[in-house]
Amino acid sequence: MQLTGAEIVVQCLLEQNVRTVFGYPGGAALYIYDELYRAEKRLTHILSRHEQGAVHAADGYARVTGEVGVAIVTSGPGATNTVTGLATAYMDSIPIVCISAQVPVGLIGNDAFQEVDTVGITRSCTKHNYLVRDVRDLARVIREAFYIAKTGRPGPVLVDIPKDVTNTLCEYTPSNASVTIRSYRPTIKGHIRQVRRAVEMMQVARRPLLYTGGGVILANAWKGLQQLSKSLNLPVTHTLMGLGAVPSTDKRFIGMLGMHGTYEANMAVSHCDLLVAIGARFDDRVTGKIAAFAPQAKIIHMDVDPTSISKNVRVDLPIVGDVRAILEQINALIQEENIPSKQVDILEWWEQIGEWRKKECLRFTQGEQIIEPQTVIETLCRLTNGQAIVATDVGQHQMWTAQFYKFQRARHWLTSGGLGTMGYGLPAAIGAQVAKPDQQVILVTGDGSIQMNIQELGTCLQYQLPLKIVILNNGFLGMVRQWQEFFYEGRYAQTDIAVSPDFVKLAEAYGALGLRTERPDEVEAILRQGLAHPGTVVMDFRVRRESNVYPMVPAGKALNEMILGEIL
Amino acid sequence: MRHIISILVENEAGVLSRVVGLFAARGFNIESLTAAPAESGETSRITLVTEGDEPIIEQILKQLNKLIPTVQVTNLSDGPHVGRELMLIKVTTERGQHEHNPRDEVLNIAKIFRAQIVDATPAALIMEVTGDNDKLNACLAMLEPFGVAEMVRTGQVALSRGTRK
Ligand SMILES: Cc1cc2nc3c(=O)[nH]c(=O)nc-3n(C[C@H](O)[C@H](O)[C@H](O)COP(=O)(O)OP(=O)(O)OC[C@H]3O[C@@H](n4cnc5c(N)ncnc54)[C@H](O)[C@@H]3O)c2cc1C
Ligand SMILES: Cc1ncc(C[n+]2csc(CCOP(=O)(O)OP(=O)(O)O)c2C)c(N)n1
Repeated sequence: MQLTGAEIVVQCLLEQNVRTVFGYPGGAALYIYDELYRAEKRLTHILSRHEQGAVHAADGYARVTGEVGVAIVTSGPGATNTVTGLATAYMDSIPIVCISAQVPVGLIGNDAFQEVDTVGITRSCTKHNYLVRDVRDLARVIREAFYIAKTGRPGPVLVDIPKDVTNTLCEYTPSNASVTIRSYRPTIKGHIRQVRRAVEMMQVARRPLLYTGGGVILANAWKGLQQLSKSLNLPVTHTLMGLGAVPSTDKRFIGMLGMHGTYEANMAVSHCDLLVAIGARFDDRVTGKIAAFAPQAKIIHMDVDPTSISKNVRVDLPIVGDVRAILEQINALIQEENIPSKQVDILEWWEQIGEWRKKECLRFTQGEQIIEPQTVIETLCRLTNGQAIVATDVGQHQMWTAQFYKFQRARHWLTSGGLGTMGYGLPAAIGAQVAKPDQQVILVTGDGSIQMNIQELGTCLQYQLPLKIVILNNGFLGMVRQWQEFFYEGRYAQTDIAVSPDFVKLAEAYGALGLRTERPDEVEAILRQGLAHPGTVVMDFRVRRESNVYPMVPAGKALNEMILGEIL
Repeated sequence: MRHIISILVENEAGVLSRVVGLFAARGFNIESLTAAPAESGETSRITLVTEGDEPIIEQILKQLNKLIPTVQVTNLSDGPHVGRELMLIKVTTERGQHEHNPRDEVLNIAKIFRAQIVDATPAALIMEVTGDNDKLNACLAMLEPFGVAEMVRTGQVALSRGTRK
């Protein structure tokens, strides 16, 4: 059948089972938007207030559903506004397809109105990108884009489509056939000899530790992980990106590791004799000083991306493949060979971990005068049973949420880890709420971060999203202030942002409910009231201005050189 | 150590900038690079000479493989291979500075290095030399005293020996 390029775009989205897209229109995207208008019944378009918001929303949608998130933007400024969103998704390996409109083919390279070299600009912040100069390539490219975005190590893919291509007729044949790209064939199963070797190494280890990351979430492999941890009685620590893979209340979970990880997790890494990295990439926030990272350990690393392996830390046993498949292989082997649970041989190790736990490194005291930020998160967790979908921005509030919200399930945690993008939280939470209209979605943010994409409150109200926004308002760019306090002798250069809008009035101006308190004894009541409200709510908690996130491993120090809190 | 890396890529728009961009973004060094269509018109072969210790070379190979249009990456320096480079040199041959007729001496050197003379004017000769890196360097060193007005090298191309690909 003969369709225009714009019709092909919509048909291909429907082919991929896309039912929701996020975006923002403009001149070069008009034909596409005209088709979206016609397809309204089959394809919902959520209008953000800024293209960065649209991409983060697609990212949030992808993180909670495991499907590919889709964003559509116009050329020029529309496209440049997506860069931060794409880079955020790229760093955290989130599958997104971003369709950007481009000036007509004949004008490309002419400095035409709203022309930018989108493919050039986004090359290094996408997994792959395309410029479609010929409508006959359009369907194939869109199908490839989805395939590349979601397979192997996932990531954002951008498809740049000139305006005239969207208005040119072309024969279109519907297709659900699987895509093959000869130059791109991700490995799925682990090499069986390596898998066997891994099981042997786990069998003989005396101080084993599972260190798991975002890859376990991306691969939907948490069941397999839980089974492994349980069947061999192995302790587990997660990276920031891995939270929720094992319920935080599981007795084998020893907390997050790394810069703001728990004492027990960081000490366990520093003393283990076998470190099993599963879908984690040895980020510098995790390793601290490389030379002192897991100094006594043999290291097994399972990852679908060979470039992650032996990039920062030398690995003894690499296993390339999808961690879901690899974990299934490992678990099957353990069952077949009746490999016994590790009990006596690692008794001492568990006792040692128990000793470290006794430090209670996250302990804090809540007085009567000033709200401690941790109190808000702890209460929030209790009131929602750790079951809510929680998004954050970037800063201290992000770390406190990671530490104090006891996640029970995977794909309930949305945070920008790799790029650390302030302004990520609100639009990501919008994407999550759109994907899961019946679930409780909460944004925990700071007074700095919320102002980086606060315009998206308009989106919340337009679509009547019952999002709950918790601002830990300390009047500072808190995380940077903490570094200035620790490492720059308290010179608070440009981190005092005490002048902010009245968030309650601002919420009201948008038509949302605004609540505020500065009293510790009101925290629970405000949270209850906010959570019970059916619409969008902004809760402004005035918290202690100069709280610090503990424990903290200063950049470049070893994991066992943690700074612990004042009261420890 | 220097490594000659051969990269077979889909012959599509922008593929060279993906390869070069990767090196720039990750701070890998490129000593020389050549690119041209390969056996079938659908692919191009990029031959790249780089330097780095083992972990760096391992990353370079993996990162190149990770690019979507990359069909195959081979580190030719891992095994026996033949490498060639072409150089064009313009040598001044005016009388005056030298005792003998410099033209004769230059032609002699050309013979030793099996170079072709591809252009000649009263004032200068252009010669074409092919060979491995060392040979070209040696030839250049011999000619420098005569006055090398201009010089251009293609960068290495290479193939592995035997049937290995
Ligand atoms: C203020 C701030 C503080 C931070 N502090 C900490 C901290 O204390 N601790 C901490 O852990 N992080 C911290 N981070 C986050 C940190 O920067 C990194 O983002 C994070 O550590 C990376 O997590 P990861 O190793 O799980 O990798 P991810 O970025 O989640 O990468 C996933 C890995 O899994 C692989 N993978 C993907 N899909 C699959 C699959 N299907 N099969 C197999 N493998 C797959 C990928 O190739 C990749 O190697 C902080 C960030 C900020 C902004
Ligand atoms: C876009 C962007 N700009 C700057 C930074 C650097 N940065 C990291 S944390 C932070 C402070 C965040 O302040 P706030 O949102 O109020 O959170 P708090 O740390 O106070 O909880 C800044 C400026 C960043 N991560 N992202």
